[in-house]
Amino acid sequence: MQFTIEVGRYNTENQYDPNAVPGPPFPPPWDSSPARRYQTFSVDLPEHAVVLDALIQIREYQDPSLAVRCACRSAICGSCGMWINGHANLACKSKLAEFTVDGKTRVESPPSMPIIRDLVCDMKPFWDKHLAVRPWLENKQPVPPSNQEYRVPNASMEELIQEVSCISCGACLMDCESFAVNPDFLGPQALAQAYRYVGDPRDAHTHERLGELSKPGGIWDCTHCFECVQQCPKGVAPLDQILKLRKLAVDAGYTNNPGTRHADAFAESVKHSGRLNELTLLPKSVGLFNIIGQLQTLPSAINMVRAGKLPPLIHKTIPGIERIRKIFQRVGGRFK
Amino acid sequence: MIRDHDVIVLGAGLAGMRAALEAARCGADVAIVTKVHPIRSHSSAAQGGINAAIGEGDSWESHAFDTIKGSDYLADQDAVEVMCQEAPGDIIEFEHMGVIFYRGPDGRLGTRAFGGASQARTYFVGDITGQALLVTLYDQILKAGVKVYEEWFATKLFMDGGACRGMAVLEMVTGELHLLRAKAVVVASGGLGRLYEPSTNALICTGDGYSLAYRAGAPLMDMAMVQYHPTTLAGSGFLMTEAARGEGAYLLNSLGERFMKKYAPNKMELAARDVTSRAEATEIAEGRGIDGNVLLDLRHLGADVILKKLPQIHEMALDYLGIDMIKEPVPVRPGMHYQMGGVKTDVEGATIIAGLYAAGEVACVSVHGGNRLGANSLLDTIIFGRRSGRASAGYAKGTPASTGGEELLRSEQQRLQALLDRPYTGETCAGLRLELATMMDQKVGLYRSDVGLHEALEKLDEYRRRYENVAVGDKGRVFNQALTFVLELGFLLDCGETIIRDAIIRKESRGAHTHIDYPERNDTDWLKHTLLTHRGDGREPEVSHVPVTITRWKPEVRTY
Repeated sequence: MQFTIEVGRYNTENQYDPNAVPGPPFPPPWDSSPARRYQTFSVDLPEHAVVLDALIQIREYQDPSLAVRCACRSAICGSCGMWINGHANLACKSKLAEFTVDGKTRVESPPSMPIIRDLVCDMKPFWDKHLAVRPWLENKQPVPPSNQEYRVPNASMEELIQEVSCISCGACLMDCESFAVNPDFLGPQALAQAYRYVGDPRDAHTHERLGELSKPGGIWDCTHCFECVQQCPKGVAPLDQILKLRKLAVDAGYTNNPGTRHADAFAESVKHSGRLNELTLLPKSVGLFNIIGQLQTLPSAINMVRAGKLPPLIHKTIPGIERIRKIFQRVGGRFK
Repeated sequence: MIRDHDVIVLGAGLAGMRAALEAARCGADVAIVTKVHPIRSHSSAAQGGINAAIGEGDSWESHAFDTIKGSDYLADQDAVEVMCQEAPGDIIEFEHMGVIFYRGPDGRLGTRAFGGASQARTYFVGDITGQALLVTLYDQILKAGVKVYEEWFATKLFMDGGACRGMAVLEMVTGELHLLRAKAVVVASGGLGRLYEPSTNALICTGDGYSLAYRAGAPLMDMAMVQYHPTTLAGSGFLMTEAARGEGAYLLNSLGERFMKKYAPNKMELAARDVTSRAEATEIAEGRGIDGNVLLDLRHLGADVILKKLPQIHEMALDYLGIDMIKEPVPVRPGMHYQMGGVKTDVEGATIIAGLYAAGEVACVSVHGGNRLGANSLLDTIIFGRRSGRASAGYAKGTPASTGGEELLRSEQQRLQALLDRPYTGETCAGLRLELATMMDQKVGLYRSDVGLHEALEKLDEYRRRYENVAVGDKGRVFNQALTFVLELGFLLDCGETIIRDAIIRKESRGAHTHIDYPERNDTDWLKHTLLTHRGDGREPEVSHVPVTITRWKPEVRTY
């Protein structure tokens, strides 16, 4: 079956030309090369072939200068995370037939990451974030003697298989909406790995970890866009892990932060009136006594007024509010 | 650029990272060189588990006996004793590092059954055991702050005065060639699966370390012993873990028979891998296969066991064959999987070259002999990774810093430049690799013959000549994979030649080496290892033999 692939190229001075006279030892480094462009290839592959099959065929028999990371071909090593039709995916898990839109599949390095060459991006932001959550066990004391394991229920280990299944392909971070506007956001993978250790009964630093994760750039900077859940090829569902961390952090008393205040203001408003009072949401999230913080929100507020986005000044309570409040009581917890 | 360290570890899979961690713990300034990010290493593809005799009623002696019997008595028994005695401690250590091993109802480590074992002694994390160990070890490397040269490709070992003192390395992102000097080098670069088509191995398993060490003067031992895994997915050849059979899956032929009853009436599907693979091949050859495959039937295990304990292979069969193993059997066949042979080392990982150590699949201690038992490879990596890390750091302590090497850097630069300058003649790297790998599968695979092996050797000579005409299809500097693929093909040719030569030399059938002209095991003449030592290009390697070390288990007839 014939498939058409549009590949985002970068570092174009190195095009493969079988008849070309060999150039100087090594051409100039890539940062001086022209910007990206797209190159179209046609490949003949079985109908169940995946995008990586096409890229390998191109690299092996059409253009050996195409740079692409891959190793296992079976969604285990995490090498081939890239943009396919504008979203992060594993090339080895994406069927060409399913990803053919208007007769072609477009493949490129994700724009959210620095590019090195062709489909090879610089994963440094990803690994830096992974390291930032201190992703190793801080052993609960006493460590059992060297011939004995920690005795923990199997369920507590099984629960972590979801996070340990992460293959670090980077798809979640590549498409993360928060990361796109805030490079300091720890991002879905690192936070899921943070949960992997917070949720481990053998770890002694649960409290410290939750404190760190409650700081700016941490768990409260996620905007619930669900891209990470959608893009993760291994079902890690990072957002689910972030939500677990939020609950644990609040339960552990880490409430003096805009994220918790935002969640509280949200819940209080709904409990009080049955709907969201947007007028008070922002000030309450920033903290009512945080004068500097309040002043910093002014430009946004003025812009909202200008754009006609001012919420109604009189906040009405919906009919049947008692039933809403009953739900809060039923759920229990902080907002009962 | 020239940089210095005490110990350099080549490879960042389980053996490499374990060696580096141990060397760092011993106080050495250690660095890892790896052509891919550590997390991409092929250790992550190990699915089923890791063996140790921890449970009550089990003993290291029993584990050792199973391993030795599995090896068809070619393993060195002193080395097996070391591995099996130290296995429990190392597994517990990994548990303390954070590996989320499966637990029994009492909260203690739980096991599953595996092939060739007399007890259920395989510890596991679902069917992602390798990955679970790898990510935990990587995080320990981060914690220890070990320097990692990521996406750096080793082109040649630096030899000085007969000792190994570092390596020339190509930095992929810049295209710059560096000299990394060290007092000791640990080669832990993994296997050579790309020499065979199909293979369960990743595209990065290109035998780099075998060739680098061989060309540095270290002998390669028992290279003929190439394992075919009984259950690789039809078509793609991806691994379907032995844990499937460990959990109780059946192998069926086209008549719906559990044919293993003819070949291994006691162990059935859980016979050793060489036995099971040959049984499948026989069924297929005698017309009881299904399009060149047999069936792996898991349906009776139920959705719960499959989804909880074997989720990854469930997903792979679904993704790549469209088969839901909960409802349908999966077509599988024997496929190249593992190299038992390799760089000869002692139990400390030391080769005969001063300063050169090896561990993991690339090494041959030998604990696997003629056939490796499932779930013994992860064990091999962490035990001998640790031991080689300790030994190399100890060696480095008493060794002065290495000097020189500028000459090697210059000659390697010239060699790479000459490769880049080669004119295009129509010979492609990928085409030649595929021919080589297909030939190896056909002539040096599950069954070998004198005629076939000599044809293979002739073919290999031809490929070597043609290799001289392979042009590098990219003249660029940055991330020039076309260049590294050509270098990798060179490594594979060395691996292929030594495998073929060893197979020609060994005139018997033992373990994975099934020679149809010599169908019986011959303990009188062949209870010994074969060592091949490089003598320069165009010359045949030197052949020598060393006896197998027998401590307490005398060779017996091997049945399952």
